[in-house]
Amino acid sequence: MIEGRAHLFGDNINTDYIIAGKYTKTLDYSVWVSHLFEDISPGFSQKVKPGDCVVAGRNFGCGSSREQAAVALKYAQVGAVLAKSFARIFFRNAINLGIPALICNTDEIHDGDQLEIDLTNQKIYNLTTHQILTIEPLPDVMIQILSEGGLTPYLKKFKTFKKPQVKEGRA
Amino acid sequence: MARGKTIVEKIISSHCGQDVYAGDFAVVNVDLAMAHDSTAPLAIQAFRQYEEPRVWDASRLVFVLDHAVPSPNEQVSRLHSMIRDFAHEQKAHLFEAGEGICHQLLAEQGLVRPSDIVVGCDSHTCTYGALNALSFGIGSTDMSGVLLTGQLWLKVPETLKLIYEGKMQKGVSAKDVMLFTIGKLRSDGADYLALSFTGEAIENMEICDRLTMCNMAIECGAKAGMMECDDKTKAYLSGRSKMEILPVFDDKDALYRDTITINISALEPQIALPHAVDNVCPVKKVEGTEIQQIFIGTCTNGRLEDLRAAASILRDKHISSSCRLIVGPASREVLREAIREGIIEVLLQAGATIIPPGCGPCPGTHLGVPGDGEKVLSTANRNFKGRMGNNKASIYLASPMTCAASALRGCISDPREFLEMGDA
Repeated sequence: MIEGRAHLFGDNINTDYIIAGKYTKTLDYSVWVSHLFEDISPGFSQKVKPGDCVVAGRNFGCGSSREQAAVALKYAQVGAVLAKSFARIFFRNAINLGIPALICNTDEIHDGDQLEIDLTNQKIYNLTTHQILTIEPLPDVMIQILSEGGLTPYLKKFKTFKKPQVKEGRA
Repeated sequence: MARGKTIVEKIISSHCGQDVYAGDFAVVNVDLAMAHDSTAPLAIQAFRQYEEPRVWDASRLVFVLDHAVPSPNEQVSRLHSMIRDFAHEQKAHLFEAGEGICHQLLAEQGLVRPSDIVVGCDSHTCTYGALNALSFGIGSTDMSGVLLTGQLWLKVPETLKLIYEGKMQKGVSAKDVMLFTIGKLRSDGADYLALSFTGEAIENMEICDRLTMCNMAIECGAKAGMMECDDKTKAYLSGRSKMEILPVFDDKDALYRDTITINISALEPQIALPHAVDNVCPVKKVEGTEIQQIFIGTCTNGRLEDLRAAASILRDKHISSSCRLIVGPASREVLREAIREGIIEVLLQAGATIIPPGCGPCPGTHLGVPGDGEKVLSTANRNFKGRMGNNKASIYLASPMTCAASALRGCISDPREFLEMGDA
């Protein structure tokens, strides 16, 4: 169970806003954490607590493929990222690092709401408003990667990708 | 009977060993993988965790030092050394600092051919769709998986077909067409989709223009931007690539998510306003806005034809004393050719600063960071707040011609009035 407060963001939050390009030239993750959302939400890295959720609108993580954005969220111990939709590269990066990137109707969540996320039953419990939100199911391959804790542990274990099922009987 | 396929469905099917269509998941074999100095270090670090000594196929792996070159500080130098060491150890090709921008080099050096699947740790990897290849950006951990297995899982995207009709006015370029398209589709209008750029206007475009269009497909969320292979594609590839060319076309009965027709005959020069690429309007609407820095370059518009277009406006003139002009050739080859043609001389005489081939000021790592409150006009593909290294600056995006015209006046200017001589 993931538990934490909601930090609300809008639509089209790009990876430059998550971590600016000027901070990407290092492998010191603490640098990225300390500058998280600096250009649009100064002081975020001081506010965020382990388990807290980043809650956004449409197209979260658009723009650059820089994985530093997802790594920064991971090492800030963000519990999950919730959005109405994700840009595809960020979506993969988050799951590959074991960060639950979950699609749901985030209109129902307010800044500061206390959330509890049950990944097994795909539910988000808003303890502040007493609402229950349903998470859109992830594709099978992403569930497998996420349940191993990310792509690196997945590939360490399986050495290769499991071949997906292709629908039969197509006209 | 099996239904027809799009280019993307065909390329993915041929790389996963079975017939797949939009919505299917597939594990594909990758033909070429690329990472640069911003993204390779994380990929190398992740690859080390597998404790496998060798990458799957070093001949299909390319590293490029382009984002912060030559190195601005010891921290970046350390990352450059890490990439050099890994490339050397694995016997993978490394393009050194100063050779150029990854997306220019892969195209220009003939490393991409029609029907290939190319993945790159850079969102603008979609550029090579212009060469009839399926190419797209991935993150560093996904790249580590490619380094280990040579494979990647993906969801086959639906295709949105865009048909461009009509003829561009003088002073209007592929950049204007693409900015207009992004303004219409918006920043997530093509999320999880492939764009298919077709129609007479695309057929009339040179490869440099097609590369510009496909480069920006990601700016409306597309996984890829695809174009068909024609005589221009073959002419571009001949002499660059010795590999056999296997063109891929959409089947006549392929299924599209949607088809949109855009007539560009009346299109005016376009500009993206701060701080979003889809915040687009005609240049005329914001004409006169004072600009302090102008940048012509990047993987979008740093090619020879772009520098030539800028020089045609700047010839025998000087930029306004109220602004600076920075020009970054996309590769060493572009720079050499621009010197041979006299383009660099024209730009220098006009007051431009020429920077080494590379990404330059675009990603905000060094070189040409704007000052507080300054307005920048750039030929790049992104104008997010802070993009060029200062969140108190504002960035506008336009074509090389619009940038050159604006540099002469120190304010946003429509290039069409500078083209009366008819040499553009």
